[in-house]
Parts: sequence; C-alpha cells; structure tokens
Amino acid sequence: MLPVIWFCIVAVMIAIYVVLDGFDLGAGIVHLGVARTENERRAVLKSIGPVWDGNEVWLLAAGGTLYFAFPALYASSFSGFYLPLMMVLWLLILRGASVEFRSHFDNRVWKPLWDVVFCFASALLAIFFGAALGNVVRGVPLDSSGDFFLPLWTNWQPGPNPGILDWYTVTVGLFAFLTLAQHGALWVAYKTKDEVRARARNVARFAWFGVGLMTMLVTVLSFRIQPALAASFHSMPAGYVFPALALAGLVGVFLFWRRQHDLRAFLASSLFIIGMLTSLVFGVFPNVLPSIGDPALSLTVQNAAAPEYGLRVGLLWFIPGIILAVGYNTFLYRKFAGKINLDDGGH
Amino acid sequence: MDSALALHRFHFAFTITFHYLFVQLTLGLGLLIFILKSMALKTGNEHYNDAARFWAKIFAVNFALGVVTGIPMEFQFGTNWSRFSKAAGGVIGHTLAMEGLYSFFLESSFLGLLIFGEKILSKWGHWFAALAVWVGSWLSGYLIIATDAWMQHPLGYALGPNGEILLTDWFSLLVNEWAFWQFWHTMMGGVLTGCFIMAGIGAFYLLLHRHEEYGRTFVRLGVTVGLAAALLAAFPTGDQQGMLVARHQPVALAAMEGHFETAASPDMAIMGQPDVNKRRLDNPFVLPGALGFIVHKRWGAEVRGLDGFPQDQWPDNIALLYYSFHVMVGLGTIFIGIMGLAGLFLWLKRLYTFRPLLWALLLASPLPYVANTAGWMTAELGRQPWLIYGLMRTTEGASPHVSSGNTLFTLLGFMGLYTVLAMLGLLMIWREIDHGPAPQEKATGY
Ligand code: HDD
Ligand code: HEM
Ligand code: HEM
Repeated sequence: MLPVIWFCIVAVMIAIYVVLDGFDLGAGIVHLGVARTENERRAVLKSIGPVWDGNEVWLLAAGGTLYFAFPALYASSFSGFYLPLMMVLWLLILRGASVEFRSHFDNRVWKPLWDVVFCFASALLAIFFGAALGNVVRGVPLDSSGDFFLPLWTNWQPGPNPGILDWYTVTVGLFAFLTLAQHGALWVAYKTKDEVRARARNVARFAWFGVGLMTMLVTVLSFRIQPALAASFHSMPAGYVFPALALAGLVGVFLFWRRQHDLRAFLASSLFIIGMLTSLVFGVFPNVLPSIGDPALSLTVQNAAAPEYGLRVGLLWFIPGIILAVGYNTFLYRKFAGKINLDDGGH
Repeated sequence: MDSALALHRFHFAFTITFHYLFVQLTLGLGLLIFILKSMALKTGNEHYNDAARFWAKIFAVNFALGVVTGIPMEFQFGTNWSRFSKAAGGVIGHTLAMEGLYSFFLESSFLGLLIFGEKILSKWGHWFAALAVWVGSWLSGYLIIATDAWMQHPLGYALGPNGEILLTDWFSLLVNEWAFWQFWHTMMGGVLTGCFIMAGIGAFYLLLHRHEEYGRTFVRLGVTVGLAAALLAAFPTGDQQGMLVARHQPVALAAMEGHFETAASPDMAIMGQPDVNKRRLDNPFVLPGALGFIVHKRWGAEVRGLDGFPQDQWPDNIALLYYSFHVMVGLGTIFIGIMGLAGLFLWLKRLYTFRPLLWALLLASPLPYVANTAGWMTAELGRQPWLIYGLMRTTEGASPHVSSGNTLFTLLGFMGLYTVLAMLGLLMIWREIDHGPAPQEKATGY
C-alpha cells in the first residue's frame, strides 16, 4: 500500500512539474515568434521571471522524492539514461542562464544571443522530456541486477535492441514539443496584451491542431508498442477517467480559446497535460520501468520501493512540507497575478 | 584505481566544488542582506535599502549560477553513483527530498519577491522576504550537510539480511552530532566569504574615492560580522569538527596532520611536505608536543599515527588531504589576523582612510573561496576509502554500466560549460560593481 501511495505522490509531482515548468519552456519555444520588439520580449520574460525557478523546484522535489521512495528506480534509470540526462542538465543550465543573464547588458548582440539560447534550450528540453516518456512506455533492456545502459540511438527501431531515440520515442518527443508550445502560447496570451497576445493566440491555434492529430497518433502507437497499456485499461476500466480528462482538456482549450478566455484555455491545457500523463502512468502501472525481453525483470512499484519504515516516516515530513510548498507557490502566483506591466519594479 | 572510478570521482568533485563556489556566497550574503534590510527598518534611513538593493543584484546573479549548478548535483547521485544510490537512497533520499520541499521552495519563491517585489510589498513584507531567503538558504545548507554528515558518520540504520542498509531511526539522521558542528562550521565559512567580498568591495570603493558612503557601510558591516565569523570558524566550530574526526575517523585525522608514527605527546606540524612512501614529513616546522593537546585537550596525550591502522584503511590521497587541511587552517588563522586588525582600526575610527589595510581587505577577498574549497577537500578526502564511512567503499559505489568514455565526455562538457558560465558571471558581477550602488536605482526589469 505505502509504495502505491508514494507512486501516486511522485506521479502527481511530476505532473505538476510538467504543467508549471511546461509553460516556461513553452514560452521559450514561442517567444522568438510572438515577441518581436525588445519591450515585447521583456514582457514575455517577465511573465516567467519570478516563477521559473520555483517551477523547476518541482522537478527537484519530485526527483528527491523518487530518490528516497524508489531508490532502485532512481539508480537504474538515471544511470541507464546517462547521456540524455546529462544533456537535459546542460539544457536546463542554458535555459536558466538565458533567462537570468539577458537583462544584464543592453546591447544588440547580448540580448538576441540569449533569446536564441532560450528558445533553443526550451525546445530541445521539451523534445527530450517527451522522448524520456516514450522510453518509459516502450521499456528498456534491464538485466538481472536491475541495470541497463542505453546508447543515444541504434537502428531507430523500438525492437529488442533499442536506443534512447527511435521512431516511436522521437514521435512522442515531437508530441511533447507541440503540447508545450501550445501550453506556453496560452500562458503568454494570458499574461500579455495587444499584439503579443494576438500572436500567441495564433500560435496556440496552430499548435492545437497539431496536438490533436499527434494525440491520436501517439495513442495508437503506444498501444501497439506496449501491450501492457491495453491490458491495464481492460482490467480496470475505471482508468478510462484519465484519458477522458485529457480529452476534456483538449476540447476545453479549443472552446475557451474561441471565447477568448485566456486563463481558462490555459487551465484546460494543464488538464490535458495532467490527463495524458496520468493515463500513461496508469497504463504502465504496476511497472515503473518495463523491461524489454523478460517481463519478470521489470522494475515495479513493489520491487523498486524503499523499505516500509522509511516510507512511513516519509509521510510525516512530506505532508507538512507539501502544504508549505503549495502555500508559497500560491502566494507567489497571487502576488504576480494579472497582465504584465512593464514598469513596476524588477532588476 | 580503475579509470572509470577515478573519472566518476573527479566528475562529482568538479561539479560540486563549482556549485559550492556560488553557494558559499549565497549563504553569507543572505545574512548580510538581511542585516542591511533590518538596519533600514530600524533607522528609517534609505541608504541601507539602497545598499541592500545593490547587494541583492549581485546575489541574484550568484544565486542563478548556484541554482543551475545545483541541479546537476541532485541528479549525479543517480547517474554516476547508482550502486551507492540504490544502497543508500532510502536513507539520504529523505534529507535530499526535504531540502527540495522545505528550502528550495522557500528560497526560490521569496527570492522572486526580494528581487521583483519591492514595489508590491510593504516595508515589512520586503524585510520578511530577505529573512525568508536567508533562512531558506541556511536550511538548505543544514539538510544537505545532514546528508553529508550521514556519509561521514552513519547512524540510525540497521543492516538487512543481504547487507542492505535499512533506515531505522529517521530522527537521528536529522540530529546527527556531526551534522550539528559541520553545519555551524560551514555556515561560518559562508559568512566569511560574504564578509570578505562585502568588505573587499567596500575597500575598493574607498580606495577609488567612489561611492564612499556605501564603501564605509560595506567595510563596517563586512569587518564586524567577519571578525565574529572568523573567530567562530576556528573556535568552537572548527575545533569541534576536529574532535569529531579524531573520535570517529582517527585514521583521517592522522593523515590530515601528516602524523605517521604513533607517539606520546607528538609534535604538531605547521608546515612540511608529507612523503607517503618514506612515511615521514619532509622539512617539518612543528609546534613541539602540541598535537596531543589539540586533539585530546590534554598535554602529553598519545595520538595514534597512520602506522596504527591497516594500510587499506588509509585515505587514498594523503598528501592532498594534508595540504588541504593545512591550507584551510592556515587561512583561517590569517583571517582572524586580518579581521582582527581591521576591527581594531575600525574601533579607532582610522580604518576608512588607512590605505594599506584597505588594500589588504581588497586583496584578501578571494581567499575564503580557497579556504572553503580546501575544507571540503579535507572532509571528502578524509572520508576515503569509504563512501559511507565504515559501510560502503568508494570502489563499490559507482554506476557499473557507465563507461569511462561516457564519463569523460560529460566531464569535459561540464568543464567547458562551467568555464563559460564563470566568465559570464564574473563579467556581470563586475558590471554591477563598476556601476555601483545608487539611491533609488531605477528599476529596469527583464
Ligand atoms: C572560510 C572557510 C573556513 C575556515 C576559515 C576554516 N574552515 Fe574548516 N572547513 C570549512 C571551511 C573553513 C568547510 C568548507 O566548511 C568544511 C568542509 C566540510 C565541512 O564540514 O566544513 C571544513 C572542514 C573542516 C574539518 C574537516 C572535517 C572532516 O574531515 O569531516 C576540520 C577538522 C576543520 N574544518 C577545522 C577547522 C579549523 C580548526 C579551522 C581553524 C582556523 C578551520 N577549520 C577554518
Ligand atoms: C553536502 C553534500 C555533499 C555530499 C553528499 C557529497 C558527497 C560526495 C560523494 C558521493 C563523492 C564521490 C565519491 C567519493 O569520491 O568519495 C564526493 C567526493 C568529493 N566531494 Fe563531496 N559531497 C558533498 C559536498 C561537497 C562539497 C561542497 C565539496 C567542495 C566544495 C565537496 C568536495 C568533494 C571532493 C573534492 C570529492 C572528491 C574526493 C575524491 O575524489 O576522493 N563535496 N562527495
Ligand atoms: C551533493 C550535494 C548537493 C546537491 C545535490 C545540491 C543540490 C542543489 C540544487 C538542486 C540547487 C538548486 C535549487 C533551486 O533550484 O532553487 C541548489 C542550490 C543551493 N545549494 Fe546545493 N546541492 C549540494 C551541495 C550543497 C552544499 C554542500 C550546500 C551548503 C552547505 C548547498 C547549499 C545550497 C544553497 C544555499 C543553494 C541556493 C542557491 C545558491 O546556490 O545560491 N548545496 N543545490
């Protein structure tokens, strides 16, 4: 029971991370296009400036929680996905640097340079995160001690000898890219005015069609690549609520977009992301990292979990901690709520 | 030592040492900015708010670099030390996850408010943001130190049937006596960095006759707090750390002191080069008979030398360990000297115009970075050959499937990226210093 609780906690934290940092990354993906002048770019950056670091902390907190609750999963997956993870780290460094550094020199090389870095790092991060999810669905070649090591790519086939990148995981990567582009565009639309808002809404519309198509494609492909998905939904039909959430989110984005409700469209996009992620997690459960080859070697919620005592006391500090964290987050978002105004403070 | 292991170790050492360059300034400046904000509230003088705003800008650049270099740390336990993570994650994962929940959220939320929120918060609200950022960073320090302290001095665990490490007492993880002294000692190290940087920049302004009013504030604050921190770093915190090492890692202590042969009333080396093959100290300059007193607080006490331990328990880089320790303690003594002298002149009201001492403050400002790095090298090299003291050897901890080529590739990647980051960071901080503090600085935003 405890491992399942922690599994749900980690899954929710990852979902929160994707929803929150997802809009920063998305803003990065679209900002070269939607913001053309210096003031417009500043407005986009200001919409994420005070919050991006806090958003990223959800990744760290989820990582830390995964570490203590499922040490075997943490050890196996982080060392097995060594190369792409290191690249993710480099990209996270570049993304953080680009947001923080750009305002320090006011000249025509420095600022565009960081704008491009910001866009490039955000786009690649979205693709990498998607590909990582693809790997978790497809599974990895685990050995009997629960380890593996994947090269970046092999023959691009998700067969018995896969790489991190194959046609399936790359498809999921592109799907993530479009999803976050839509998400970020909706955030920018919500936070800005006039032309930037209009352009962001435009981007969101195009992205929406892409996301719709890719949702269908990725769903079909996933069920073919990983038969366990169908089995899960089959044996527990209650699980269909997760894809239903995703669908509701997708439709909601469209409807709210049409009615010009920027905030609601953004929230619907968040719902879509949460729905897709929970569907995926539900589908692979009780595995946390499926094995390619011998299914008995898969890492599961039970065999990857830390011993019972640790999981039990963990709840003791986790519950107050998460309440505090949500409290700070709410406070921060409320303080910086509303449309961006370019002349009220900052550095 | 096979090369994959050596590279994993260097990978970790390089990235953490780099992370710590920024962290130590955060730890120190967090306190100093809080003091400035408090003085502004107490005196109602805008001067202190302007000073705090200036330091908050430097803090922000430094903090951003601390954040981006901290993220790789969190992941490297899994990427490069997977055997260790699998064995110990159920224990140290607690403190690491708590750090995320309890301090990173606090820090990151309130830093946003400290930097961007001066106009939307009340006076007290902004003061509180400064307090939260400072407390958040020290809390972060405590939780990560508790992690390290458990590796230095594990407790609250039992061994399972297959030798797995099972946490049995979570609370003892948090109140490890090693963590207690290590925390206060490292915080003093961070405060020293903050104070030397603040006093150094203040001295710079005074020497140039620019922004002199701010220069005096910076020098005064840096020197007063710095003197206290320099004293506290040596005594009781440094001293107590040494006692803990003597009690729980006596072989590390012998290596730190370059003490090869067990003796009653041994000499304490102030300088000298250890020659591990010949098992002696070359060109020693010693305090006769002092080691027994320092270690056991009793003249004439016996101190076990390296010869009293099987060689497979010796730290694997004795010379570096010895030098690191001596560099730290030597600098610590010098800091007490500089800060003491500056404090004296401050008290005599002569400091702001006494150029030799202002020069000394300026030139000494990078030295705490050296001392802090040396201190960590002492702690981590002294722990060898253990990864978790007495429980797991470093040779057993690395990721088995990550080859040396991959590790070298990513190590070089980090080195390149970090070199660029460091140069840009210095450039930006230099710009802020050159620009200087100014009353009611006009906000520019992103
Ligand atoms: C400016 C920084 C600074 C200064 C002036 C000092 N230290 Fe230090 N020292 C540190 C910064 C530091 C540190 C970076 O914070 C370390 C590394 C790990 C730790 O626990 O603290 C450390 C570790 C450390 C250790 C190693 C503990 C271990 O092996 O785990 C000992 C015994 C001392 N210190 C003792 C001293 C003494 C007797 C000092 C007298 C002047 C002193 N330190 C000055
Ligand atoms: C408090 C958090 C820390 C933890 C949990 C930690 C843990 C570790 C681990 C797992 C290793 C690799 C294995 C080994 O070689 O022993 C290591 C090595 C090392 N760490 Fe730390 N460390 C911490 C803080 C630091 C800091 C802040 C510094 C420096 C500023 C530092 C300096 C080093 C060095 C120099 C090594 C290399 C030792 C060697 O190669 O023998 N550590 N530490
Ligand atoms: C292996 C050990 C370490 C890990 C895994 C680690 C992890 C991290 C991470 C992920 C961040 C970014 C937090 C954010 O996004 O806001 C960070 C920042 C920070 N860390 Fe570390 N860290 C380590 C060592 C240390 C040590 C030894 C200290 C202090 C004694 C420390 C103190 C801090 C502080 C004060 C910050 C705030 C930002 C700044 O650096 O300026 N860390 N660390």
